[in-house]
Amino acid sequence: MSIFILKRLLTAIPTLLILIVISFILMHSAPGGPFTSERALPPQVEANINAKYGLDKPLHEQIYIYVKSIVLDFDFGPSFRYKDRSVNDLISDGFPVTLTYGSISALVAVLFGVTLGVIAALNHNTWKDYTALSFTFTAQVLPNFVMAPLLVLLFTLYLGWLPGGGWEGGKPQYIIMPVIALSTSYMATIARITRSSMLEVMNSNFIRTAKAKGLPYPRIVFKHALKPALLPVLSYMGPAMVGLITGSVVIDMYFSTGGIGVLFVNGALNRDYSTIMGITILVGTLTVLLNLLVDILYAWIDPKIRY
Amino acid sequence: MKAFQKTLAATLVSSAVLIVGCSSDEEATTQTTAAPEEKSGPVHPVTGETLAADQTFTYWALDEHSSLDPQIMEDTAGSDHARQLFEGLLNQDEDGNLVPGVAESYTTNEDKTIYTFNLREDAKWSNGDPVTAGDFVYAWRRAVNPETASPYSWYMEIMNIKNGAEIIAGEAPVDSLGVEAVDDYTFQVELTQSLPYFPMMVNHSTVFPVHPATVEEHGSDWTKPENMVSNGAYKLTEHVVNERVEMERNEMYWNNDDTIIEKVVTIVVPDENQGLIRWKAGEFDRGPVPSGQFKSLKEEFGDQAVSAPRLCNYYYTFNLSESGPEAFQDVRVRKALAYALDRSVITENILQAGQENAYTFTPSKTAGFVMPEVDWAGWTQEERDAKAKELLAEAGYGEDNPLQFDLLYNTSEGHKQIATAMSQMWKSKLGVEATLNNMEWKTFLTERGEQNFELARGAWCGDYNEASTFLDLVRSGSGYNDGKYNNAEVDSLMEAAKTSANPNEQYTAVEQQLAEDMPIIPIYFYTTNFMLDDSVKGWPYNNIEQNWYVRNLYKVAE
Repeated sequence: MSIFILKRLLTAIPTLLILIVISFILMHSAPGGPFTSERALPPQVEANINAKYGLDKPLHEQIYIYVKSIVLDFDFGPSFRYKDRSVNDLISDGFPVTLTYGSISALVAVLFGVTLGVIAALNHNTWKDYTALSFTFTAQVLPNFVMAPLLVLLFTLYLGWLPGGGWEGGKPQYIIMPVIALSTSYMATIARITRSSMLEVMNSNFIRTAKAKGLPYPRIVFKHALKPALLPVLSYMGPAMVGLITGSVVIDMYFSTGGIGVLFVNGALNRDYSTIMGITILVGTLTVLLNLLVDILYAWIDPKIRY
Repeated sequence: MKAFQKTLAATLVSSAVLIVGCSSDEEATTQTTAAPEEKSGPVHPVTGETLAADQTFTYWALDEHSSLDPQIMEDTAGSDHARQLFEGLLNQDEDGNLVPGVAESYTTNEDKTIYTFNLREDAKWSNGDPVTAGDFVYAWRRAVNPETASPYSWYMEIMNIKNGAEIIAGEAPVDSLGVEAVDDYTFQVELTQSLPYFPMMVNHSTVFPVHPATVEEHGSDWTKPENMVSNGAYKLTEHVVNERVEMERNEMYWNNDDTIIEKVVTIVVPDENQGLIRWKAGEFDRGPVPSGQFKSLKEEFGDQAVSAPRLCNYYYTFNLSESGPEAFQDVRVRKALAYALDRSVITENILQAGQENAYTFTPSKTAGFVMPEVDWAGWTQEERDAKAKELLAEAGYGEDNPLQFDLLYNTSEGHKQIATAMSQMWKSKLGVEATLNNMEWKTFLTERGEQNFELARGAWCGDYNEASTFLDLVRSGSGYNDGKYNNAEVDSLMEAAKTSANPNEQYTAVEQQLAEDMPIIPIYFYTTNFMLDDSVKGWPYNNIEQNWYVRNLYKVAE
């Protein structure tokens, strides 16, 4: 097992390098640059700025310098858009925010999603099942950019219970609406996955055997059925987690939470090369790590899987 | 049951393990906004109005500023902060007139090439140090220094400061800039040639002073709240990127006694509708008016919905360069397209926020600018339409040979509505087939800058309140002349205006020439629209550049 983990971690290095090079080239081939603006800069002014940020060097040299400063100094460079901040600053300020509301959303999505899915499956074709199904349908088709303003209308404008946005270091009243907006559609997907895989498991031979043996129903459900039924949820959660914790531009935009979701999108729109790269690497690393974690969990849950 | 717990735990580990950043402070669970104990405070010293107990001014911002460093910043969001944090030589009053700032007065020599500013001796930095002429010298040199790489260094060049252009180009040493501290309280500027509107240019953030010792000590980190030393009415207390900026009264400010607002809070919400909801919920004193909603907001909220003229124009430019379409080389075609647009449809039916129809390039409210007589501005729309049909027919376009071209704008719902209306008007009146194209902002700018377009949208906001900030764009040598309009007459008029005693004569002539050549289609002049809570008083509605200073505002008890 430890050899497997080590191998996976080692292959992550070339993966990330390829990611860096491709992103770097793609980014630079997009029209416009970080300093393209309505007021086209006089050539001399532009040359000064390019020199300051090293953009006057050939692309391969820029990539080399970039990778070198990451490896040697863990320095992701200065942001081109937020000129008072380095990318390290931006990520270390923004990522904890995103991580907080993302992880809570993941937790909420899994807890409620699995519960709902199990209830629906165990009450197959009854009103409970239909209610759960129609709820998940609605939740899945309601995108978070529709949810967010609706939540603010309800809780801020009409009821006056919650502040319409902000973060303030992560006080609970600022977390509630982002979490609802972000977790709902994930929760619905998880509920649907759980429901169908639970149905399948409940109809399988070993459950029939368990029933025939006369095991108590809760024991069948929780000890024997749930575990294999959760495997598809687990494979879904790997990539979904990355999406959740690397931020949602919608959440950051509507709730002014200041996470890295909005940084990433603004980075792309502003051709803020260093910020795009910094976040791309962060997302890449997390994707590799979380997929590894899912694989490890797989082996732990399912004794048939061995590496 | 234990097995179930284990299974569930396994599922949740991936999420649970990651909740590390969730450390909220214990006291955080208290209520969101503390209701003020008392409803009202003292009275306003001049007007006698009862002041609100809570003097916090909170406003919405669409976007995070690029920098808080006066010499680096380049956007409106940044200069809105700069005017509170820093103070330049001169300020503007509520009507946009120049009033003393750090400089109590200034004198100039006969040919207006040397300006001498007399600084007040009681101006202090937030750490108590006096604000001296040397601080200005340091800041102005910093703005042109190639190492600073300021995106606004060109501003010093168009201020005509001696050696400015050479220093930016790396051809002269930084200390050769034409600025000098004659003594601690006398700051002198030498220009390469006189500039009638030079004093108007010194209230821009690029020429605000900075505290040299702070900048030297902290480098690019000097603008962080824990490091910043500033000389304005407020000092920076908190800054969370993409969330908020907070400032509090600067006790060291020379005119601190007149400041009433204690705290300034800026909240970034990159969505106008969301910003409006939060304004309605009372979270902001100043909020946005989303496009097309002014009329209904005015009905609902009365004078809290504000529309004030703004120094910006909205236009379409023809590509007159070699890469542009053949048809646009014909002035009759250009005129026909410009005439056939009923601008009232755009301003009154689409925008609905008090925008003004434009028939010139320079906004009518520009200071000292007398609207020139351009023939087509005075016609009725029927007359314009008739003339347009006539001209287009003369140029050889008609039903059997319809004029076709591409129209380019940057992706936005508002621009799309206007472009659609324009193409409809052209189609129904002239039978012209305009194909609408849109591009993401930076791609759009690149394409337009490289003349890869036929007809493209443009907009320009004045850097200072004088017609040349607009008309410079139609000079053949201007870097912003994306349509590549080239008229030697216009160039020489603009050159003459620089030293003219009454530059308005030249500006009138340029505008008349533009009406003759029609290299651009003026559409409308912008307005500033925002929601302002009625407890906030002292807003400079008549300042066309909307340079507002929080120290002039106050909140009355409701």
